[in-house]
Amino acid sequence: MSHHIIEVDRLRHVYPDGTEALRDISFSITHGESVAVIGANGAGKSTLLLHLNGHLSPSSGEIRIGHVPIDKATLPKVRRTVGMVFQDPDDQLFMPTVYEDVAFGPLNLGMSGEELERCVSGALQRVEAEHLARKAPYRLSTGEKKRVAIATVLSMTPDILVLDEPTNGLDPHARRQLITLLKEFHHSKIVTSHDLDMVLEVCERTIILNGGVVRADGPTVDIFRDDALLRECRLEKPLSMQGCPVCGGKGK
Amino acid sequence: MGSIAGALLDLKRLDQLAAGDSAVHRLDARAKVLATLVFIVSVISFGRYELSGLIPFFIFPAVLIAIGQLPAGYLAAKIILVCPFAVAVGIFNPFFDRGVLVHLGPLGISGGWISCVSIVVRTVLTVGAALILAAVTGFPAICRALERLGMPNVFVMQLLFLYRYLFVLTEEGGRASRARELRSFGRRGLNLSSYASLLGHLLLRTWQRAERIHMSMLARGYDGVMPVGHTSRFGVAEMLFLLIWSSLCILLRLNNGAQFIGTLVTGILS
Ligand SMILES: Nc1ncnc2c1ncn2[C@@H]1O[C@H](COP(=O)(O)OP(=O)(O)O)[C@@H](O)[C@H]1O
Ligand SMILES: [Mg+2]
Repeated sequence: MSHHIIEVDRLRHVYPDGTEALRDISFSITHGESVAVIGANGAGKSTLLLHLNGHLSPSSGEIRIGHVPIDKATLPKVRRTVGMVFQDPDDQLFMPTVYEDVAFGPLNLGMSGEELERCVSGALQRVEAEHLARKAPYRLSTGEKKRVAIATVLSMTPDILVLDEPTNGLDPHARRQLITLLKEFHHSKIVTSHDLDMVLEVCERTIILNGGVVRADGPTVDIFRDDALLRECRLEKPLSMQGCPVCGGKGK
Repeated sequence: MGSIAGALLDLKRLDQLAAGDSAVHRLDARAKVLATLVFIVSVISFGRYELSGLIPFFIFPAVLIAIGQLPAGYLAAKIILVCPFAVAVGIFNPFFDRGVLVHLGPLGISGGWISCVSIVVRTVLTVGAALILAAVTGFPAICRALERLGMPNVFVMQLLFLYRYLFVLTEEGGRASRARELRSFGRRGLNLSSYASLLGHLLLRTWQRAERIHMSMLARGYDGVMPVGHTSRFGVAEMLFLLIWSSLCILLRLNNGAQFIGTLVTGILS
């Protein structure tokens, strides 16, 4: 299935105020890959993600989803292909109840009746949130909000899942639940995060952004072994790879 | 900020009540919205000196509270909250309108006092009706009902968003205000400029949030028209409810209910 392929080609983005958030980004992601985009605050991660389903358009360069460049004509299809989970779930849950929120996308796609019902409950089931269907979003905990936000995207059956800092602000249990969930998806995935332990578990490949360019791109384990590289990009080895401070045991 | 947060907590309580499951809860929201409208119009269309005619209208809130199993004390407390406004509106009437209208033995009651009390009673009735509507229907369902009754989609969306983000916004506002207080070390004084910047900040954040919400709507195929979900039916129960309710309202409006009941009772007794 070719439309799982994302190609980013010499992407550059300058915000209206003159900030050059992305300078020259190129990479491609193939079917079923799970890729982390990491980097310090302000490295341009969110800016990059917003290009992937056409919320920002490149100042120069091009993005292709399944070999088709993103433009006005292909935008509706691209947005269906690329499911975007935003950083703040409050931005994503805007309907009065969880059910209506998850149904929002499918309704826009023209689903109704039995099919809609199945689609919504299926999506809620996958994130273990069926019991929340009738609740109002403001009554949910952060972890529940995050899971439901993912369900709102899953209900549109995207081919590629894009998540901006999914584990941000979660307690250990909710975080673990989310990681298990992410590992179960066999979509192509792009995840940004500062939670490098999560990255290590979920993504086999990592791209480091630094100052608007791709500083490194390779297998996650190799990248996390490169101390000099991490330090240069203001990152720190995931805890699970550091030596144990108590027993002095060596990390992986 | 504390009081606003408290008021919002109460909004959430109303929402919780709306999740109940009684005969009135189950009715289609349109029937309840229309019936409430009829009720409110009947109440406010009475002449300014009318008082006895208003009293029988208390039957409606009483019946709905009973059937809907609503906490009467809580609703009464909410209604009392708005009473000062009604008193403020009516309080000058006694001074301007001194013509004696009613004689209670040696005591002459002026038209001003009567119209003042009438304003308060009407406020209690209409605010009570609106609160009860919210408590047995829920705000989102009311919006949807208004849409199906012909209100433009754009207004409905506005109302829904307002409702949804009121909570988020007040939380943000509460946090910002707390942060300000913590750093002003108890100096209350004329800190207008810091309030202004706080407000500006909130406005900016609201704007940014609106942009992000719009983005996430677009990401899910939004094209300017809010999709309509599953719909409930306007059936026989709704028809009956609306019919009985509004004919009673109109009857009580056209004939003075208190007198009517009075003559009925004396008629039976004699
Ligand atoms: N709307 C905007 N207008 C101007 N500059 C922005 C805007 N959004 C982000 N930036 C700037 O672009 C850079 C990259 O931001 P962002 O993509 O949000 O980084 P990250 O998500 O990696 O923390 C930062 O320097 C930031 O200040
Ligand atoms: Mg970011």
